[in-house]
Amino acid sequence: MSASEEQNSPEAEAPDEEEMDVETSEPIEPLKPEEGKNGAGATIFLFFILGFAASLIVGWVVFPKLLYSKKIQPINFNHALHVAEAAEGCESCHYFREDGSFSGVPTISHCIECHENVNGEDPEEKKFVREYVEAGKEVPWLIYAKQPASVFFSHAAHVITAKMECVACHGPIGESTETRIYEENRLTGYSRDIWGKNISGIKQHSWERMKMDDCADCHMQKATSEKESGVQQSLTRQLREMVSVAFPNVMEVKKGSSVQTEKDACFVCHK
Amino acid sequence: MKQTQGNNGNKKFGMVINLDLCTGCGSCMVACMAENNVPFKEDETDKLDSITWMRVYKLKNGKSWPNADICYLPRPCMHCGGHGDHGHSPCVSVCPAVATDYSMATGIVSQIYTRCFGCRYCMAACPYHVRYFNWWDPVWPEGMERFLNPDVSVRMRGVVEKCSFCFHRYQLAMNKAFLEGRRVLEEDEYQSACTQACPAGAITFGDLNNPEHAVHQLVQPDPKHAGRPRNPKAFRLLERLETNPKVYYVSSRKWVRQSGDNYLKKEKQKI
Ligand code: HEC
Ligand code: HEC
Ligand code: HEC
Ligand code: HEC
Ligand code: HEC
Repeated sequence: MSASEEQNSPEAEAPDEEEMDVETSEPIEPLKPEEGKNGAGATIFLFFILGFAASLIVGWVVFPKLLYSKKIQPINFNHALHVAEAAEGCESCHYFREDGSFSGVPTISHCIECHENVNGEDPEEKKFVREYVEAGKEVPWLIYAKQPASVFFSHAAHVITAKMECVACHGPIGESTETRIYEENRLTGYSRDIWGKNISGIKQHSWERMKMDDCADCHMQKATSEKESGVQQSLTRQLREMVSVAFPNVMEVKKGSSVQTEKDACFVCHK
Repeated sequence: MKQTQGNNGNKKFGMVINLDLCTGCGSCMVACMAENNVPFKEDETDKLDSITWMRVYKLKNGKSWPNADICYLPRPCMHCGGHGDHGHSPCVSVCPAVATDYSMATGIVSQIYTRCFGCRYCMAACPYHVRYFNWWDPVWPEGMERFLNPDVSVRMRGVVEKCSFCFHRYQLAMNKAFLEGRRVLEEDEYQSACTQACPAGAITFGDLNNPEHAVHQLVQPDPKHAGRPRNPKAFRLLERLETNPKVYYVSSRKWVRQSGDNYLKKEKQKI
């Protein structure tokens, strides 16, 4: 709205006329504050826009930067190089123990056979051998996928029973040539890989986020797709639920074991 | 829910405690606390706010010598199936936070400590007093943190906790089963800590749905009456509330069986 328009509008003029009627003198004076008000309106609007933009920037760019502290791994480890060197590929370092538990990140006892002494020129290797192998200390690796203490995760269920690839949940760490930066949430102490990098929550790859809902969504798909024909599988879950309410005998939606959520019971993934 | 009618491969873990064998030694209580990282106070004389997932009660028949008799009654969580075994146990149906849940696949009532905000409705709803509130953050004596069980998450001040039938042992046993390409556990692969600790062998643990398991054979649960025992020597606590507990007691002594519920004088004759 332009300034001239507002001056002409009856609402803008009405108070001035009243004041003039009562006091009779100084007819022009009251106009000045009016002008000032219009100016203020524009400034307020400008401030609003600026403030809005600033809060968006703070919320989407600054806050995530502040929320996560960046840490580098103690040793820059080259997966591609080692997978080529190792006799059994991933399993020579990440394997299942006899009781079904997963070995996770290897201890230095797995490195010693090749790194008893410094073999190459690489300064990282020298650092690794000097600071850890010779000192007999474990490397305090930062685990990108680390879940909160209350979460139970089973590699055997996914890798052996469901025959899933490591990439599906971890991304291409197995082919990487250097370790990436580990981001830790300053409030919770959790790794950023759990809540994901993308603030808008859109995932391009299955490994970009591993929150409770990401686990649960896949488990739900698993529950509904068992023992069913291709046609049934291709219907979305919502549609299937609607159909099953209308015609309970035609289609029964398989529910999870939880009485409260009808997804998987909490004790499947929690301990 | 449909799943409960024919049990569809669902398990229903339960416990049978022979009160004639129990000597009241308290091994089950100790084993339970060590297994589940149950916190304790520096001064445990005030039992009102002590936490004991498994608690041994002393029953007396109220007669004087030479007819006086005593019975010890260990009391874990009953993991009630609720009226009609639909999983609406007293605590699950009142929880406003979905922190406690019933699993149709295992029959276990779970408690997710990170979800609980400590309103204690469940404690009021539970007729067996199996739920406990953490009035303080746990304080472990110097060095004891290193002996905590990594498979059970520790709890903080302000949340409710209770017996889980050592569910983490099921999760770990399943890991091994997955590794061996199985999805079914043997009876002895999943046993609770108290069962294994009992020197008198008074506690039996297993799947009540499986006729080959000892618990089933001991009590012969009646599927028409939501698992009421058909063995006349067996009973459940407060049977007539229809909470459908999964913990059964066996005793050859009539007064012990009678103290499992509140009866009118003329009803008592039939027990
Ligand atoms: C020589 C031993 C070795 C071999 C072989 C190896 N890794 Fe690793 N892996 C490591 C070490 C050491 C780490 C910890 C450092 C890091 O995070 O990069 C690790 C970490 C990982 C992680 C990260 C876990 C996390 O969340 O922090 C993944 C995923 C992984 N490896 C996958 C693989 C895959 C897939 C292969 C096979 C293609 C493989 N690794 C082969 C030693 C090895
Ligand atoms: C099969 C033998 C073998 C094993 C096992 C092995 N390495 Fe290596 N590693 C090599 C070779 C070969 C090189 C490259 C030549 C060199 O610099 O010595 C290398 C290089 C390195 C380097 C420097 C290059 C880089 O940036 O990655 C580091 C650091 C390293 N290894 C760490 C480890 C750790 C940690 C382990 C144990 C988890 C391990 N290695 C296990 C063979 C091995
Ligand atoms: C279904 C998803 C999924 C798949 C598939 C998967 N992982 Fe993991 N991985 C996880 C999660 C979740 C964690 C964190 C577990 C935790 O913190 O309790 C993890 C943890 C790890 C760790 C760190 C464990 C530690 O604490 O030391 C390594 C190493 C690892 N995975 C390697 C692998 C490899 C190698 C494969 C392929 C054989 C694989 N993972 C397949 C989800 C997966
Ligand atoms: C891409 C799909 C997928 C994702 C993502 C996934 N899972 Fe699974 N999970 C499965 C499948 C399939 C099985 C079934 C194994 C079987 O056949 O019983 C399974 C089984 C399990 C089991 C064993 C269940 C049992 O019966 O004992 C646990 C525990 C589990 N998942 C936890 C998790 C957690 C925690 C996460 C998230 C960090 C997760 N899963 C993410 C597909 C997935
Ligand atoms: C499919 C596996 C799965 C199931 C089933 C599941 N959770 Fe989770 N839950 C997770 C994972 C993984 C995390 C950690 C990642 C995150 O914070 O989202 C988590 C985190 C949580 C947290 C936050 C914990 C923290 O320390 O930040 C709460 C609370 C929680 N879950 C409650 C529940 C409840 C209540 C149920 C049952 C209704 C349940 N969960 C069922 C996998 C699961």
